[in-house]
Parts: sequence; structure tokens; C-alpha cells
Amino acid sequence: MVYSYYPGCTLKNKAKDLDRYARLSAQALGITLEEIENWQCCGGVYPMAKDEIATKLSSVRALADAKAHGRDLITLCSACHNVLKQVNNDMLTDEDICTRANNYLKLDEEYHGETKVIHFLEMLRDVIGFDALKEKVTNPLTGKKIGAYYGCLLLRPGKVMQMDDPENPKIMEDFIRAIGAEPVIYPMRNECCGGYVSLEDKEAAAKRRNAVADSAAGFEAELMVTACPLCMYNLKKNDSNVPVYYFTELLAEALGVKEN
Amino acid sequence: MHRIGVFVCHCGTNIAATVDVKAVAEAMKQEPSVVFSVDYQYMCSEGGQTLIQDTIKEHKLTGVVVCSCSPRMHEATFRKAAAKAGINPYMVEIANIREQCSWIHKDIMSATDKAIILARTAIAKVQLNAPLTAGESPVTKRALVIGGGIAGMQTALDIAEAGFEVDIVEKQPTIGGKMTQIDKTFPTLDCASCILTPKMVDCSQNEKIHIYAYSEVVEVNGFVGNFTAKIKKKARYVDTTKCTGCGICTEKCPQKKVPNEFNLGLNNRRAIYIPFAQAVPKVATIDADYCTMLKTGKCGVCSKVCTAGAIDYKQQDEIIEERYGAIVAATGYNPIKIDKYDEFAYSQSKDVVTSLELERLMNAAGPSNGTLIRPSYLDKQDDHRAHPKTIVFVQCVGSRSCDDCGKSYCSKICCMYTAKHAMLIREKYPDTDVYVFYIDVRTPGKLFDEFYRRAVEQYGVHYIKGMVGKVSPRPDGNLDVQASDLISNEQLHINADLVVLATAIEPDQTARSVATMLRASMDTNDFFTEAHAKLRPVESPTAGVFLSGVCQGPKDIPETVSQASAAAAKVIGLLAKDKLTGNPCVAHSDELMCNGCSACEKVCPYGAITYSDKEFRQPDRTVAIRRVAAVNEAVCQGCGACTVACPSGAMDLKGFSNKQIMAEVDAICK
Amino acid sequence: MDKKEEILRISGVNVRKCMRCGKCSGTCPSYDEMEFHPHQFVYMVESGNIEPLLNSDSLYKCLSCFACVERCPRGVEPAKVVEAVRLAAIRQKGNNHLKAEMVPELIDDETPQQLLVSAFRKFSK
Repeated sequence: MVYSYYPGCTLKNKAKDLDRYARLSAQALGITLEEIENWQCCGGVYPMAKDEIATKLSSVRALADAKAHGRDLITLCSACHNVLKQVNNDMLTDEDICTRANNYLKLDEEYHGETKVIHFLEMLRDVIGFDALKEKVTNPLTGKKIGAYYGCLLLRPGKVMQMDDPENPKIMEDFIRAIGAEPVIYPMRNECCGGYVSLEDKEAAAKRRNAVADSAAGFEAELMVTACPLCMYNLKKNDSNVPVYYFTELLAEALGVKEN
Repeated sequence: MHRIGVFVCHCGTNIAATVDVKAVAEAMKQEPSVVFSVDYQYMCSEGGQTLIQDTIKEHKLTGVVVCSCSPRMHEATFRKAAAKAGINPYMVEIANIREQCSWIHKDIMSATDKAIILARTAIAKVQLNAPLTAGESPVTKRALVIGGGIAGMQTALDIAEAGFEVDIVEKQPTIGGKMTQIDKTFPTLDCASCILTPKMVDCSQNEKIHIYAYSEVVEVNGFVGNFTAKIKKKARYVDTTKCTGCGICTEKCPQKKVPNEFNLGLNNRRAIYIPFAQAVPKVATIDADYCTMLKTGKCGVCSKVCTAGAIDYKQQDEIIEERYGAIVAATGYNPIKIDKYDEFAYSQSKDVVTSLELERLMNAAGPSNGTLIRPSYLDKQDDHRAHPKTIVFVQCVGSRSCDDCGKSYCSKICCMYTAKHAMLIREKYPDTDVYVFYIDVRTPGKLFDEFYRRAVEQYGVHYIKGMVGKVSPRPDGNLDVQASDLISNEQLHINADLVVLATAIEPDQTARSVATMLRASMDTNDFFTEAHAKLRPVESPTAGVFLSGVCQGPKDIPETVSQASAAAAKVIGLLAKDKLTGNPCVAHSDELMCNGCSACEKVCPYGAITYSDKEFRQPDRTVAIRRVAAVNEAVCQGCGACTVACPSGAMDLKGFSNKQIMAEVDAICK
Repeated sequence: MDKKEEILRISGVNVRKCMRCGKCSGTCPSYDEMEFHPHQFVYMVESGNIEPLLNSDSLYKCLSCFACVERCPRGVEPAKVVEAVRLAAIRQKGNNHLKAEMVPELIDDETPQQLLVSAFRKFSK
């Protein structure tokens, strides 16, 4: 199965592991990820303004490229996924934004939100299937108690993201079960870690990340998994000393394809 | 040649502010056959009606056109007035220049032009009107009440009191409805069972009332005064004529793990059960989904212990058919499902409950025998943490929402029952802190606001204007309630051990199928619609169908009982008549044109059309037998579907003939 | 253009839908960091009281986490109002909240690119 793949800026740099383990795992699962040529950074945060078009164009280019190849588009970084999915929804539902984006881009074929954007986790759930994934696990993480950290980007706004129930999700928990570990459900798993303000308000970011980690630790999570490089950056500095991993690293480990 | 009078109503300023009524009246004087035309301030007033009657006599009118409001409003008024003056009431036509003209236009010129066209259209129709006489049909003096909650019971009791037979069909094994699950009632705080169970007993002992519990209406045919309903009595696997309600079977049944719906799943019951001690009828029911004997053929304990020999594993559903003159919908409500509101952690913590669940937790017949226990401690009630010390109530959960999972309306009863809960808890457990988060406190009603104020002033309940944003279960089992306090402009965190969600209510899921069977209309929220929101609030627009209780809109017990009695009064008024005057605007088939295709028969929703072979003399004096349609005028409701389906133009509707409608269209297009 | 109109146009939000329940502020993770809270943003924009918002540090405390958007029972989308006010502020000349020369001091070895691009997108024009 071949998919277009949008890695995003951070996965080429500070979050190389998130990308590398995803590629190794995909290969092991028979999924081909074709990286979009000349992709541009999505901007890291969805531009909500109705009157801006420039900030949405890089996403539209990537979406249109996947459409041109007739493929679904796989994302991995939570932020990229959020931005691409929300911009795609604009192209599908907001006539004004769609018209202006097309007028500006002058693509060979107009783009109207046709591409299906799926997160790597959704690919595991909907294409591979967690039961089938479980069978492919050679190195189950038996006994590990793992807290899934969704953060804000994967689930919200629920109407657009449509990944899971935004208040009581289970996709990551099911993933954790599939790789042989035990999911720990804790209430802060879908609350923001404060990563966005960690540049200029270190104190607020620390307060948010500790609230998340304390909650996970309180319910006896030994480690947390995330799909977001910014969450990783912020969360791993938590005072409860709960280690944080990219979910792809644990996947690669369970599939026995993680290099030493 | 007709002599037509035109009467243009001002409706105060409702019409006259946007339509130049004098110009309309003046213009109509030029129309063919019009011998009189006038405007008047309120045509429906006594003065207006007298004006019409005097004019009919003085000018020897044969037809009348009233340019006024919708015919739904006053057609009957004007027809009655005309009949008193000696002309056939069906010689009166209404031109609706209010709802369809003055109310929707702003420009006087164009509104006046349109009013003139509408008046001209009505005149064109009257030219072709013929006097019609309504037929009569007998009335079956028996009523059907669908739903046996407090609404249905009150309606049935009142109808029976007037001497008419009445059947209650209830889908649960017992009558009583939601009120059986409620602990105390506001604003008097009397015990719900104490006032409800006598009524249940009255129902079962009244010889005019027949209770079909554990039954459903599956089919309804006919029309006002002459309905036929099929009722499915679901198999209980217990012979109700033998069962004494002793309850031994419900103690001995080995299948103990059945969620007890009466206690909202807070505890378990057996596979054979009697919902609660005061159930009516007090007979056992086997839950086929859980009974080992019915599923595997192995067990039979209940049969062995039953001294009355009432257990019958071979019992089948039974369909009975009965005729009714009137039908009352009393299908009630349920709290909405709140799994989509999991920011309140309902599916993540047992100690987050709905208000109805709290009723069970406070009720002497509930899972904790009336001691308020946190649901997570129901099996360890001796633990000192079993008793909640800090309780947070969240109002408007799912009400007043325009998101996909909630309801746009105010559920109306939550403010009062939350005040009741808070007060009862503070009364019984004074060391408990009680917080209520509210958006608005809505307590209109006799002694209602005083009741709420008593919760605050006398019982010290903390009312906080604001909303809970998130409930987070804590590792120690408590709940962190994060909320805004809009008055002090703070975000609060309350360490609670019980959270109660005042959950929105919605019509029972069966309401839509009942409405479809009754051909009664519903709104977008699946509440039954009234014939008139203000003036006919307990009647459905479908003749002979009446509304009782929450199926028509959210309401509390006193309001439900009032409406139930009102619906009963309407039913009694109908059943008291020996004959009903029908609607003469019914379909009629021209046998000479009918080609016998059956198209009309297939589309008729009332089963009013039948076919038969008939002899016809041919031009050559031979006799041919042809199959032709005939309409049963007593059954026909005049919907007109057959006239549209008929390919040969044989079928026509009296009062709305094809010719009349074409004349109206011509008048508009002139 | 009138500031209120500008903000309504940028955000696409109908602030009149707000029923003043305060759930947005009940759910906001940055509440304590903010001088004006999400419900106040909606209310003050509706009443045209924009100046205090434009000059408030609260604009840079919103995490764009969409919790208020997700949980608002009326579909008001307060986060979009906050973003629109922030844009109305930083689009004015010389009003960039984050300037390139400030960056070296704020980052460390592990700062992900994502943080920088999103900070620039949110805080400067």
C-alpha cells in the first residue's frame, strides 16, 4: 500500500527519531511512505484567521500533491496533522478560502479538499488493524504501563479531526494494547502541555507539563507516549521524571525493527 | 350567476400596516360577480361577523370571500357565521393576506398588489364552489392511552371517571413511569411513591381501566371516532392470571448478574423479576435476554419454586385488536445519553452520576437503601469514604446546546430538581458541602423561586454562576472539578467526591414510531406538535389524537398532571358525542372516467378506496363489466393524494377540485 | 474599519451566540496566566470594548489548544476570537510580539523547529 507522506520540518531535524522509527515500522508492516517532493513547512499551528490565505498555502500544496498522485496523505507530527487536516477542511467547506487559495496557487487542477488526511495512528487502526498489528508484534512490551498523551492537537476540534472521541479517546490506548503493553488512562491525557508558550513563558509551560505528568504518574504510568515533537520537548522536562517516548519508537521496538 | 361579497380585514395593524386594505376592497368591486366589497378592522370580532351576516341577507350573497389570516385560524369562524345567515358554509373562502402576505413583506405597494391577487384567486375559486354537506360517523366510546406514566395514568383515570372505557398500553412490565424512580417531589418534598402508588392502585382497581403492561401498540388504522389498534402483549413467560406476585422466583433465580434498569444499572437483579415492590400489575417477568432456561433449556428453577404454577416458558407474544374513539399519546421522556460529554468524566468515574441516578441513590428502595453512598463504594458501604462529603452539581448538561450531542431547548425541570437534591442532602447530611454550578436559575412556577432561595438561604447550598469545564478523576478516587466562577472571575478547583450532572431530557425513543402510526406530527426534537401552540395545546393536529405529558414538551409533575387532565377533558368531549360530523371535502371518483388502474388505492394512506366490478351500459346498448374505484367518505380525510395519482382524471376532491385549483392558478397568472 | 468589525471579520465568529455560561473559562488551561479570560474576550468583543484586550498580555497566553472550542455548548469558538484580537494587535506596524533578535536568548539545544515556526506565526507578522 502506497501513501503520500508529509514529515514536516521538525521530523527532519530535532525529531528525527519520530520519523525514522515510523519509516522502519511502516516498512515492516508493508506500507510504503512516499515523501512529498519539495514539501514546505505547515507553519506549526493552524492559522484560524478567515482573512489570511498565505499561511494556508503550504498545506494546500502538500494536499494537492497527494491528490495529483491519487493517494491518501499520511502525517505523523501532531501539529502537521492538525494544520493539514484543518486547512483541508477549509478547502472543503469554506468557499471563500478555497477560491482565494486556488486563485493564488494556479495549480494544474483546482484543489477542493479532496485528499484524505490520515494520521499514522489512524493508518495503524484503520488500514493495518490493531488486531493484525498485535499478531505482527515479535517483541511485546509486556507489563509496561504506558500513559498515552494525546495533547490538544490530535483530537481537537473533534468535528474536523474526527480521529476519536475528543473527551474519551482510545486509539492510543488500543495501540498500546496492540504492542503488548498496558494503557494507563489519566484525565490530563487530552489537555494541553503548554508547549506553545515554552519559548517565552517557561514558567507557564512548566506548570502545564507538570500537571500532565503528575496526572500520568498519579495513575502509575511508567512512561508516556506522544506523537508531537513539541510535546516531547516540553513534557520530558517534567518534575515527576516520567520518561516520554515517541509512539513510533515503541512500535519499532515491538515489531523488532528498532536498531540499537 | 354568483353574487359574491368580499370582506377585507385590517387585523388591527397586522395586515393594515403593510397592505392598503381600502385599495384591496376597492379593487375587488371590479371583479366579476362581486356585488359588495368592504374593509373592516377586525373581521373575526362579533361586529365583523354580524357585518358578514347582514350583508349576506341584504345583498342576497351566494358566495363570500374573507381576506384575512390563515384559514387554519378563522376559516371555521367565518363558515359558521355564514351558515347562520343561511348560506352553505362551504361557499366561504379565505384569502390569506396576513401570514402569506402582510407578515412577510415590507413594501406596502407590492404587498397590496399581492393581496389583490390573492383575493382575486379566492374569488375565482368561489365561482366554482358548490354547496357541500358533511356526512356523519359513529363514535366508539373507548379511549386508548399510549404510555402508563403519571401522564397516561391521570388521563386514563379522568376518562374512566367520566364513565368511558379506557385502555393503558405500557411497554414496561409495570405502570408508573419515571415517577416511580423519583425519591421526593418539588416544591413540597413529599415522597413520590406515597403520592404515586395510590394512583397506580386506582388504575388497576378501576373497572373502566384495562392495563396492558409489557405491551406495545404495533398498528393503528382508522380515523377520529373509529380507530382500530393492534396491541402486542409481549411474552412474560409468566401466566399473569396465576402469578400472585409472591416474589419467591425472583429470590431463587440463579442468574444474579442482570443490570437492574429500575436502579439505572447501579445494582443487579435476577433474570426473573418484579421491577419494584409496588409494581402494577404485581407479576413476575422473565428477561429472555438473560434467562438460562430460555437460552439453553437448562435451569427451570423458577418453575420449580412457583407454587402457583404460573411459569410458562412456551408463552408467545400475543396480538390483540381493539376499537377506539380517541387515542392519547403519553410516551414520556428519558435523560439523554451523556457519553459525548465526557469532559465531565461520566464514563470514566462511577462517582459521576446523572440526577436520575442520584434519585435512586437517595431512595429507600434504591441500591443503598436510602443512605447516600458514592457509587464506587456501593459494595463497601462501611468504609468511611463511602459517604460523600463534597458534592458538585452541574446544571444544563446537554440542555441549551447547539452542539451535535445536546438539545437546543431548556429541559425546564433541572433547576428545580437540583435545588431539591441539594436541599435534601444538606438536610440529611449537614456536614456535606454542596456546590451548584448554574448558567441561569430558572424557577418560574408557584412557590418555585421561594424553594430555590430556601436551598441557598436556609440550607447554605453554594450556588456558583459559572460552568464546569472539566472533571478529572484523581488517583485517590476523588474528582477534581475545574470550573469558572463568573462573579468572582476565578477558575476554581473543587476536590469533590460526587459529581451530579443535571442531564437534559428528550422524548422517549418510541415516540417517533408512535407518531408515525398515529399520523401525528412532531417537531425537530421529536416532541409531538400541538394543533395550536396556544389555543389547542393538548390536541394533535390529527383529529382524535391527544397529547399528555412530556411527549409534547418538557414539563414537571404538576404541569404534566394538569395537561393529562386537560387531554382527558378533550377525550371525554369527543366520546360524549354519539356521532361526528365529518369533513365534506372528500375524494370522489367519476365511475365513467375510472380505468380501474388501482393507482389511487395504492397511495391512499387511510384505506378509504375500494374497487368493485360494476355493470355499465355501452352506447351500443350492450352491458360491459368494468372495475371501478369507490371512496368511503367516512374514512377519507381529504388529503388529495389519490387525485394526484389518478392518471385518467376520474378522482377529484370536493371543495378542492382540479377545476377550482386551475381557476386559482389562472387568477394568479392573469 | 471599526476594531470590533475587524475582529469579527478575521475570526468569522458570531459572538452573539454566547449564552454567558463560562464553560470556556472553566476549561481554559491558561486561565491563571490571563488577565482577560476566554469568556471576557467574547463578551468584550461583543460590547466593543476592544482596547484593553489589544494591549493585554493575555493575547500571548492562549495555547490555541481548542479546549474552549471543543467544549463550548453554543459553538462560539472563543479561541478564534482570541486569535483575531491578537492578529488585530500584531498586524499594526511595529507591534510584533516576537522579534528575530530575541530568539537566540530564548532557545536551547533541543528547541524543536516547530516551536519557532509556530511562535512566529502566532506572535509576529
